[in-house]
Amino acid sequence: MIKRTDYLTRTYGKPEGWSLRAYEANEANEANEGGLGGYQVARRVLTGMTREQVVDEAKKANIRGRGGAGFPMGVKWSFMPKTVGAKPHYLVVNADEGEPGTHKDRTLMELNPHACVEGCIIACYGIGAHIAYIYVRDELHLSKARLEAAILEARAKGYLGDTPFGKDWPIEVHVHSGAGAYICGEETSMLNSIEGRRGEPRMKPPFPANAGVFGCPTTVNNLETIAAVPTAFGMGAEAFSKLSILHGIGDGGVRLYGVNGHVKKGVVVELAVGPTLNELIYDIGGGVQGDRGVLCVIPGGSSTPVLRPEETVNAPDERLPLHPWHGKSVFDVPLGVDTMRGVGTMLGTCCVTVIAQGTDPVWCMQNLMQFYRHESCGQCTPCREGSAWLERTTSKVLDGKASIGELHDLHDIANGIMGNTICAFGEGTAMPALAFIQKFRAEFEQYVRGERKRADATLTVEPWS
Amino acid sequence: MPFALSPERERKLQEILERYPTKMAATLPLLHLCQEQAGFVGDDVVEYVAHRLDLSPAHVKGVVTFYTLYNQEPVGKHQVWVCRTLPCALRGAYQVIEHCEKRLGIHCGETTPDGKVTLRTAECLASCGTAPMMQVDRDYHENLTREGVDQILNRLLES
Ligand SMILES: Cc1cc2nc3c(=O)[nH]c(=O)nc-3n(C[C@H](O)[C@H](O)[C@H](O)COP(=O)(O)O)c2cc1C
Ligand code: SF4
Ligand code: FES
Repeated sequence: MIKRTDYLTRTYGKPEGWSLRAYEANEANEANEGGLGGYQVARRVLTGMTREQVVDEAKKANIRGRGGAGFPMGVKWSFMPKTVGAKPHYLVVNADEGEPGTHKDRTLMELNPHACVEGCIIACYGIGAHIAYIYVRDELHLSKARLEAAILEARAKGYLGDTPFGKDWPIEVHVHSGAGAYICGEETSMLNSIEGRRGEPRMKPPFPANAGVFGCPTTVNNLETIAAVPTAFGMGAEAFSKLSILHGIGDGGVRLYGVNGHVKKGVVVELAVGPTLNELIYDIGGGVQGDRGVLCVIPGGSSTPVLRPEETVNAPDERLPLHPWHGKSVFDVPLGVDTMRGVGTMLGTCCVTVIAQGTDPVWCMQNLMQFYRHESCGQCTPCREGSAWLERTTSKVLDGKASIGELHDLHDIANGIMGNTICAFGEGTAMPALAFIQKFRAEFEQYVRGERKRADATLTVEPWS
Repeated sequence: MPFALSPERERKLQEILERYPTKMAATLPLLHLCQEQAGFVGDDVVEYVAHRLDLSPAHVKGVVTFYTLYNQEPVGKHQVWVCRTLPCALRGAYQVIEHCEKRLGIHCGETTPDGKVTLRTAECLASCGTAPMMQVDRDYHENLTREGVDQILNRLLES
């Protein structure tokens, strides 16, 4: 059952909802369980809790990272050194939002920037940092302007600065602009980019918690992850976690869901964690354009393997967490980090791309491979060469010039990338490629046999007008 | 004349330098400031940034060539980027691109002969829910219609 909530989005659509006045007024007025006005949560945390208490509370919120990998936020915070040594600690907030199909963080920055800033204050205190850098992709000029205005307002009130809320723990938040490189969303690449270098990912270990930006202990979290923190701490982390349908398996709270592609209504909404794909497509997205059936869905950004509605859950063993959905369509399984892993894909960013029947899946894959070819940073040969080769071969299939042997090549190229690269961009390219090739084998073969032609292929349901 | 920041941007640079423990960290922000002023990042700007931040020109050049939003050549007065990635393509991005090319009489990657508009494709700009979309200079235009695109392009050409 879909459960709409309005914590992160409560300022959306309000007059100047991005201003401090709206953020503070709004919270005090509405019947939110925490009952605390804007920045009252940060005040309470800084003046009443120790660092350890903050990290413990953060763990109880069961906030799985909203950037795509789904790592538990509180656990990540606990990796930071317990005491601050000679090297200062840093918070880096990932607002690069470059994963194709993802359009949620932008709404927070534009429409509720103060939640992002308040989240930074609590997170900085919890991880022992005095400085947060919010890394925003350069194209999002309005997002940057709203964040910067919010930071100024918060500083003027004394919520940021040398003694936030009177506490002797200086906190500053800075916006750092990217310069047009998808790979800078990868956390270690982002660290290099902040340092003023080429955004090339680093080998791990060392992990950012030990040696992050400027060689200092660093926590990298997605912007939505951080923006959820004031809400979680305001109502109590456990209560927050329990809002989720998947609280029982450690996937807590509420989050933003985006729907795009062939739906009647492209939107971003806030829901309790755990809606199904069918609920997102029909209840939130208003159904498929032209009332067509669904060919497939990219569940959480282009790096997550596609799912087809005909796929069913195979979990006959009662002890398996997915057993309650055994035999049902994967489109009826609540979306969660572990449930999606269980059906062979990834939850990713919770922004789903819906692709209607009649669309050409080979062209879809070619479009995405063009993206990966363009965005590979080029450090690792399997990724640099493999992404280009995948794109070239898929184009060849589309042009009707590929052989059956080259369809096998596609598998081999993708498998050759997996596990052989510095960063997860490699898997993010290879996994969706493999899914397209395997799940649409028939269409690929039709091209090879000349039964499908590029000239007849379409990507749109409704002609653009 | 060698490149130098305007006084207002010079003040911004001083603010920026205070945010980081190293000078090198100001590389990206300073390059943005320079490009705002000069329109593109030529060799004079590379030399200038290297000098101001105590870096080698090779380091700065390496950064400039890595990131797509630093123009290494002069560009038109206005920048139009049409998103071409799948979610936008599912809602007509290729038709938007074709339409822009026709209206402007140029291909993607080119600038109109009068130097007014540079047309390029972009990869996902985080507006997939309101596709198709294009970015014009600093502004996003979403849920594009044919009529809307015509209005935007006319405004740019008349500017
Ligand atoms: C190629 C690549 C691109 C990524 N892009 C983003 C991004 O745009 N935004 C984001 O938050 N995380 C992105 N990530 C994930 C980050 O590396 C990191 O896991 C995340 O910021 C951690 O925050 P979280 O734990 O709060 O989710 C990307 C990862 C990879 C491998
Ligand atoms: S996997 Fe690709 S993007 Fe990641 S470091 Fe290697 S070449 Fe760069
Ligand atoms: S695909 Fe165009 S904005 Fe995301």
